[in-house]
Parts: sequence; structure tokens; C-alpha cells
Amino acid sequence: MGRNRQVPEINSGSMADIAFLLLIFFLVATTIQNDHGLIRKLPPKPDRTIIDIHERNVFRIILNKENQLMVEGELIEFKDLGKEVISFLDNGGEVGKCEYCLGAKSKDKSDSPLEAVISFQSDRKALYGTYVRVQDVLTTAYISLRNRESKRLFGTDFKSMEEAYLKPETNGELKETLKKRIKTIREMYPMKISESELIFKS
Amino acid sequence: MRKIEKRIPSVSTASLPDIVFMLLFFFMTVTTIQDTEILVDNTLPQAIELTELDKKDRIIEILVGKPSAEFANLLGSEPRIQLNKKLSSIADVRPYVLSELTKKPEGIRKLVTVSLKIDENVHVGIVSDIKKELQEINVLKISYVANYGNQSSSLD
Repeated sequence: MGRNRQVPEINSGSMADIAFLLLIFFLVATTIQNDHGLIRKLPPKPDRTIIDIHERNVFRIILNKENQLMVEGELIEFKDLGKEVISFLDNGGEVGKCEYCLGAKSKDKSDSPLEAVISFQSDRKALYGTYVRVQDVLTTAYISLRNRESKRLFGTDFKSMEEAYLKPETNGELKETLKKRIKTIREMYPMKISESELIFKS
Repeated sequence: MRKIEKRIPSVSTASLPDIVFMLLFFFMTVTTIQDTEILVDNTLPQAIELTELDKKDRIIEILVGKPSAEFANLLGSEPRIQLNKKLSSIADVRPYVLSELTKKPEGIRKLVTVSLKIDENVHVGIVSDIKKELQEINVLKISYVANYGNQSSSLD
């Protein structure tokens, strides 16, 4: 018996509708992940350690409850903060301690970036938005100095080195060299931001 | 002369499902389902030098802000801390972070970052209280979550 039996094809016309339905569901139920932030490490618990730092190696930033900035005893504008921080960090006051520093070698700024500490104190009533802004300016200052040195020594940005290091494709020898280079640069300009109270020996 | 039939050919819709599926997959990959409802106002501050926290499994979230509009007459306008799905006080931070830590696999407990999503209009005091609590339990990596934005324009 010669029956010509064909398997009937499934009508795929409604496929688009199904896919649209799913699409709309995902559009409604999801949000694009927003987790970008300024990463900081808190000091471990015994907060009051005694370290001997020379006054000129401390850069004091105070944020008051009116959201005004005082830097080293003077009221300054936000836009000037970055410049001040860089000139403090990059000062290189002590001869021979920081060959790569390009600062003014002033007597009342830091000896070398290795010893420079930024002390940032904010009033409890200050706004968090301003607080983050100061933190951001500080980060920008460090990164611009690190970029400069990394360009001089290795010919690339510090940031792009970090990005390349974190990429999953990089491995083996390249990753090792990148790691070493990042470490070198970080040690040239270590980020030392203190938020605990500083008490000065009188 | 024979009449030539002139009809505009209809556009084939056969590839429409493919296009839609492509869109679908795009959205499925770039988005994450929001598992917590935000109960506080959360306008994040703006900053430039941000680092991405891409490993979702090693993050503990803490939100701070004024209670949102629908709770405002119930809870007032003092900033509150939101832990998971509850509005809580500063005393709950420590037990919450510890219990979240025990939920993480042993190997990554040391790498856990606390992501602080704090409204820009909150006072710094409550933030430093949270940081003190975290220091007490030795969870030291934190991230001030912010949006990309202009450093100088935000608060003038």
C-alpha cells in the first residue's frame, strides 16, 4: 500500500510571539547591574596605633558640617583639592629619597610619597555625597601620579595595566610581568589615607 | 499587451523570531534579577575612578537612605539602614554581616567585599558607624558604590 505519509510540520508562526513574551518578561524583571565603587580597605580594629610621623608628612583634610573643605588649616575650593594633593605627594622634600618626584621640593610638604599620609576627617553632619567626592579626588590624584610613572617606566597607563592584568585571557609570563610592574608602581605611590583621629605630640 | 501584475512583495517575517531571540539573550546575559526591593531612597553619589565589582558571590550589600515616600509618614525621614529586605538599625549590622558571611563558601570568606550603597544626602555619621561595626567583626574590604559622573558638578 503506497501511502504517502508526511510528518506534518509544526507551525512556527507563533515562535516570535513566545520570544517576545519572554523578552518583555526579562525587560521588566531585571535591572542592569550597577556595582561600581571606590574600593577601600578599613584598618584593623585597634584603631589607635602610635606611629611617629613628621608633621610635614601629613596632609590634613577636614570636611565640616557645612560641606566645606579645610586643607592644612586653610579653607579651599573643591576644584583646587586635586592640585594640592598632587603637589603634596609629589613634593620629594628630602634629597635622594624620591628621584622620580617632580614636585617643588618644599620644606613643609612631604619628604617622599612613601612617607606621605593623607588624613581625612569628616564631620558626622557632612553629606555623604561630598565625602565620596573627596575620596574620588584623592583616588584621581594617586592614579594620575601612578599613570605618569608607569608611562615613564613601562610606556603604558597604570589603569590599562590593571585592566589587562584582570582580564581572563592574560596568563602565564605576561601576567607575571604585569603583576610585578603593578606592584612596583604601587610601591612608588602607596595609597595611605587615614580616617582615624590624629593626635599630635606637643 | 498583457497586464503585468505589479505587486509589492511582502517582507518575509521568518527571521523575526531569530532577531527577537537575539535581543532576549542579550538582555538575559547583561541583566541580573533584582532580588531585593529597595525600601530607602537611594540616589548614589557621583565619582570617576570607579572599580567594578564583578563577582556577585563575594558581595554583601548594605543600603542606607531615607525611607522611601510610601513609608515616610510611618517611619519619618531619618535615614535607615536596609539589610536584605528589612529596614534595620545599626545594632543589626553586625549579626547580619556575620550571618551572610557564613552563607558564603569557606574559601571566599576572606575576599568578601561589603558594598555600601548609600544615598548622597545621608550624613557621614551613620556611614562611619557602619564602618566601625565592620571593623569590629574584621570585615575590612568595603566599596563605596557610586555612579559615573562629573567630579566637579555634583554638589556646587
